[in-house]
Amino acid sequence: MGKAFQIEPADTTQNHGEGARKVINIQPVTRIEGHARIAVHLDDEGNVADARVHIMSMRGFEKFIEGRPAEEVPRIVTRICGICPWQHHVASSKAVDGCFGASVPSVGRKLRELMQVMAHINDKILHFFFLAAPDFLLGSDSEYSVRNIMGIAEKSPKLAEKVVQMRYLGQMMMERFAGKAIHPVAVVPGGFSKPMVESERQELLAGSRQQLEFARYAMDFAKSRVFSATDPTTKRIGDITTGFLGTVNPADGSLNLYEGLLRLMRPDGSFHEFSSREYADFIGEHVEPWSYGKFPFAHAWGEGFSMDLEQPRGVYRTNCLARINVADCIDTPLAQAELVEFRSEFGRPAQSTMLYHRARLIELLHACEKVVELLESPDITDPRVRDEVWPRAGRGVGCVEAPRGTLIHDYSTDESGCITRANLIVGTTHNLAPINMSVKKAARDLIQNGKVDEGLLNRVEMAVRAYDP
Amino acid sequence: MPVTVAAESLSSCAGCEISMLNMGGLFLELLKEIRIVHMPLLFDHKYFGQAGEENFIGIPEADIGIVSGGIRNEEQLEVALKVRAQCRILVALGTCATHGGIPALMNRYSDEDLFRRYYRTSETTEAAAPPNEVVPRFLDRTYALDEKARVDVYMAGCPPHPDYLGAMFQTLLDGQWPEMPTKSVCDTCPTRREGKGNVQKIRRFTRSARFQNEKPLSEMKCLLEQGLLCMGPVTRAGCAGLHGNVPMCISARVPCRGCFGPVKQDGNQLLDMLNALASNGIDVRSIPDRHSLLRFSGAHGRLIRASGRSPKGEGRDVRSPAEH
Repeated sequence: MGKAFQIEPADTTQNHGEGARKVINIQPVTRIEGHARIAVHLDDEGNVADARVHIMSMRGFEKFIEGRPAEEVPRIVTRICGICPWQHHVASSKAVDGCFGASVPSVGRKLRELMQVMAHINDKILHFFFLAAPDFLLGSDSEYSVRNIMGIAEKSPKLAEKVVQMRYLGQMMMERFAGKAIHPVAVVPGGFSKPMVESERQELLAGSRQQLEFARYAMDFAKSRVFSATDPTTKRIGDITTGFLGTVNPADGSLNLYEGLLRLMRPDGSFHEFSSREYADFIGEHVEPWSYGKFPFAHAWGEGFSMDLEQPRGVYRTNCLARINVADCIDTPLAQAELVEFRSEFGRPAQSTMLYHRARLIELLHACEKVVELLESPDITDPRVRDEVWPRAGRGVGCVEAPRGTLIHDYSTDESGCITRANLIVGTTHNLAPINMSVKKAARDLIQNGKVDEGLLNRVEMAVRAYDP
Repeated sequence: MPVTVAAESLSSCAGCEISMLNMGGLFLELLKEIRIVHMPLLFDHKYFGQAGEENFIGIPEADIGIVSGGIRNEEQLEVALKVRAQCRILVALGTCATHGGIPALMNRYSDEDLFRRYYRTSETTEAAAPPNEVVPRFLDRTYALDEKARVDVYMAGCPPHPDYLGAMFQTLLDGQWPEMPTKSVCDTCPTRREGKGNVQKIRRFTRSARFQNEKPLSEMKCLLEQGLLCMGPVTRAGCAGLHGNVPMCISARVPCRGCFGPVKQDGNQLLDMLNALASNGIDVRSIPDRHSLLRFSGAHGRLIRASGRSPKGEGRDVRSPAEH
């Protein structure tokens, strides 16, 4: 190292234990994207009385985009999430199109979809291999300092190298065509900022075929080394029964990550279908005094909201498991074959929380197939990718399926086209109630008579990681 | 002995951490020379002991501390101070840590404004009092890291480019101080500039820039000279990486919005941009939202509440009607 620095005296601070040795704090929840804290409350016998997942901060995007020229907002809200900025970028652009009454040329739409779906690919590789896999490949009980991607690099260097290369490839593909891959700028109200030229198309196609090969490998690898090797107790971590929300193609009910109808399914498999503009008629948000995050629930079911494990009310889930549960089919062949196998094994809707991991890899296959399909469409290099937009007063609801769930951006503008009001429901927020329930379930099943150890608490966290919050 | 690293992200989005992973093969190489002792995104070290038995936040000692994100609440402040105390070198990673970043746009509003909107008047929300149990209290505004702790290395960027992150680690491992570029985005931009005088007003980015897609960027006219607000003159270079690429937004044919912060750490992107425009004969009243010129660098007291007194260098709310 270079120069040595004096260590400053440690700061002594307030007690975080809520005045009791009966609360076990797991913070930060690790190997997730966001910031959260789990508090497990034990009763006098040392059994779980309650468990809560606290969202510890908020940044206020809904407030501070007020007054901004709407066409600037798709470049601001990307910072809601550095892992899924493309989805915020696209949903926001759709909402601004709605406010301005803009039309988008068909190839502009296609380029948006292409980038949005490409971004899913990197996200799923990141989640499965970097964040979730260490629990399965290295063991949920293994020493915490090796239970991570570095541990995988040590134990299976070839696998780690392949995974890192694939993410690098995906990121470079996006960057070379569209500029920034993290916090993108290429989606603009009215369309896309630049057309694709043939040489770019060829380069992307070559890369996306490699990604598809990798997705097939990832599914085979996970089936043989992860899913089949998981013990029955682990498979049941955080199991709860809820409804599901996702987006489907109106024509055939197939999975659609980019646009379509929202389908809100009850635990018994029956469902409502509605357009994104109608979201507020079906979804409400509940506030608890102990978390900055709100708790969306299905108010259309008319049963209110409760996270009670035995009798939950209004609770539904989003993200990959929800999407493949609500979809009737998948319109790409490899992912459809996997869906058929998945359904024959786990039924519909499949409820088991750990199945999120398998659903995620089915979606990885679908996303890779979809990207190749879009790049092969002959008009993708058409130069007309953006129409001019005219700032005006209006309202727009933009919706896409983000990795973590249905993403809703709802804006209003004044006559100069500046934002007057915004309401956002982001992917992970939908899952906050189910995450709380899964954590409580996991903690109840795992912690008894005051016996707590590190591996056990990590298994409680696995209930959170499945949702990839 | 490998060099130890403790990384934390505060009021942020995880984009900086993802950019670190985007170093690709270099990331795996780096792991042979460093040992991570704390990094919530990838590593399971906990504040309150591994079995949740402690009552106080603990961060392990490390040679290099890396903090992304600004400081918004009491807990983030505590974590930032702990990392400072436990690390020999403190890196402010990303524009949120160096200048407040996008979340510092909130500094224009009070928490009451935010809570009223978020918990009471949102279309979908069952109105309720703002949360006040267990969750940490907010500070009065979003702070950049160096407003609360001594910073040794500034690595701006939203996010910083993986090339610079790789170079930063390598430089620190060699016992040297890493350096950020001292040029502006403009200085590294290949677009064609013709000179002053043709643009009188800024137009909103409601239609695309003029360019021929098959032609290289060097044949596209400068976006500012096309009448688009481009923050290139007052923004630190670096988004293009170290391998001869062009500024990334420009490569997407989109104007720069300033995400690497001011060219000099203590520069003021709003004042500098207004000066640059005025000296080119452009009417600065044509900018629809002046506060947005500070959208990446609103900490350090640059953006303050609308009801408060106007601080040095902050623009009045001037909004021009849409230009059709």
